[in-house]
Amino acid sequence: MEQLGFAAGTIIAGVFGCVAWFWGTNMLLDWALPPRGPQAGRNINRANLIRPWLFVGPALLCLGVYLVYPVVNSVWRSLHDAAGQNWVGLDNFRWLLGDAKFRESIFNNMLWLLVVPALSTLFGLIAAQVTDRIRWGNLAKSLIFMPMAISFVGAGVIWKFIYDYRGADQEQIGLLNAIWTSLGNDPQTWLTLPFWNNFFLMAVLIWIQTGFAMVILSAALRGIPEETIEAAIIDGANPWQLFFKIKVPQIWGTIAVVWTTITIVVLKVFDIVFVMTNGQWGTQVLANLMYDWMFRGAPDYGRGSAIALVIMLLVTPIMVWNIRNARREMR
Amino acid sequence: MDNIAGTKSRLVWAVNLAALALVLLWTIPTFGLLVSSFRDRDQISTSGWWRAPMSAESTGFERAGTAADQVAEGDLWVISGELLQEGQGLRAWGTSSRDPSAYTPGETVALKDGQELTVSETGTYRLTSPTEFTETRGMRIFLTTLDPPRFTTENYARVIGAEGLGRAFMNTFTVTIPATVIPILIAAFAAYALAWMEFPGRALLVAGVVGLLVVPLQLALIPLLKLHNDIGLGKGYMGIWLAHTGFGLPLAIYLLRNYMVGLPREIIESARVDGATEFQIFRRIILPLSFPALASFAIFQFLWVWNDLLVATVFLGNSSDQLVMTGVLRELLGSRGGDWEILAASAFISIAVPLFVFFAMQKYLVRGLLAGSVKGG
Repeated sequence: MEQLGFAAGTIIAGVFGCVAWFWGTNMLLDWALPPRGPQAGRNINRANLIRPWLFVGPALLCLGVYLVYPVVNSVWRSLHDAAGQNWVGLDNFRWLLGDAKFRESIFNNMLWLLVVPALSTLFGLIAAQVTDRIRWGNLAKSLIFMPMAISFVGAGVIWKFIYDYRGADQEQIGLLNAIWTSLGNDPQTWLTLPFWNNFFLMAVLIWIQTGFAMVILSAALRGIPEETIEAAIIDGANPWQLFFKIKVPQIWGTIAVVWTTITIVVLKVFDIVFVMTNGQWGTQVLANLMYDWMFRGAPDYGRGSAIALVIMLLVTPIMVWNIRNARREMR
Repeated sequence: MDNIAGTKSRLVWAVNLAALALVLLWTIPTFGLLVSSFRDRDQISTSGWWRAPMSAESTGFERAGTAADQVAEGDLWVISGELLQEGQGLRAWGTSSRDPSAYTPGETVALKDGQELTVSETGTYRLTSPTEFTETRGMRIFLTTLDPPRFTTENYARVIGAEGLGRAFMNTFTVTIPATVIPILIAAFAAYALAWMEFPGRALLVAGVVGLLVVPLQLALIPLLKLHNDIGLGKGYMGIWLAHTGFGLPLAIYLLRNYMVGLPREIIESARVDGATEFQIFRRIILPLSFPALASFAIFQFLWVWNDLLVATVFLGNSSDQLVMTGVLRELLGSRGGDWEILAASAFISIAVPLFVFFAMQKYLVRGLLAGSVKGG
């Protein structure tokens, strides 16, 4: 209870603090450079130079401390040893190249990168197209979108239950094994099957991300000009042609946005692997490998930071692409 | 014409079926766990959740009465009683653990020393002996029974109390609310400046914010934890509020700026002409008009903070007064891997609030997504 009081106090203090800062500094500025009197013009100009920085100041401070500084600090750490005391140059990165677990992680991440964005977008596209054409479409959309609200850990529990394994002489309570054995096969411990277990983990993320893809693509599909569709119908296009030759080409831009957004999620995928297999049985991924080096046993911040930088490096092309798009929009 | 109408209705059917298949595929996993969270512990482990409404077969044993319960009937000593509970049906029974379903209901079986045992279909047993019983422990009678479906809220009561999920629920709330409110305020001011104030470096700042959107969180963990330790914050709520504020800001500024840029220029300029200060414009005009964007971001941030595991694991301690629900869930997955009644109920408590928020505020969530969010974990 007192803890909730503490939280409520923080909200009030935080809100008041913010308001006091914005209101107070603005007042101060108006007092120091009054927009009236003999020097009104000069004062207004000067105040207008300062005021934006009062508005963006707290945000810049937060971004600086919580996002920019860590990037710089991580670069520094990756060039130092485990405790961050001695300069080791590129040793950590050299070690990465030779490490079997790192290679496994990179391989798995690439596998995720190939499969998850593609399937999520594909399912999302199908779901968008299908739900836009039925009467109970909104309900269907809600239900397919729902996993988006579920935490990765919750989703991990939900899917682990599906992959549950019981000995061949018992009744299977996991859905997948129940179906599998009813087809006359022996039950499998799905999450320990080498190589294929990666796909069982990916299913969880695809399940979560499809709703996101569907919502965005559905809006894009509805934004397609009616005339192009009507013209195609008059010209005798069948539904398949209409979809693949008329609609899809017109929403390539949106598909690219969806694809890259899911790609970023995939590159950082952590929770699912962490709670379902913890990187055992050949399912290690970069984010979990980094966690292992940073927080398990004897922490090695140098190597951990090096792995984090590799993730950053993989994200960078998308970052650059996003910035260029944003700048184009601003013009 | 018949032909065209025919293909048309077939297409409608196909579309409906495809939609149904997708919806089922996407809801069944959650539904299965939901059903399981209300089932009896024994039934979960002996039959699949899709059998929940049906009776389940189970095997166990009951003990017959002891010498103290015997009565004399003519020249026989008799112990009798009930073995079944309300609603159970007897399939088979036995007297040894090696063959627990050796006999059919109603059968009379000869035991050692002239003793005889009968178990009737209704579950009454009758143990007779020509000599007086001396046992102080009743003999075991193995039963294969058909149990009616049992649904219970016991699992929930148990995880909220004994497994500490009730406490974790409070902790999660404690983390989530300030971590949602504070970034909104800071971001709203910054977004206004970036959208409507002219100053050198503005374009650069916007580009910077877009760039920071995709910075992997993992990168920030160690440097920030060290920083928090150095300035004396350590692990605790203050630290995680600040961390979530920092991590949420790029998306907040980006979403709000995009929205504010779209507000009509005339309103703002006429207010400026009328002598309103920037602060007044912001408070009286921009803030009320931006409500939809504020709501969108609030939902994103709420869901993201509530569902987060990584940041909480790193910035909060492991004690019961700081463990959040995702953390508890993760620990249960490790320590109670096979106890699905506990896992299912815990998982549902932890996803109940996000699901409620999701269904109640879906409109804003969708709007926010369409405004071009590109945030990852």
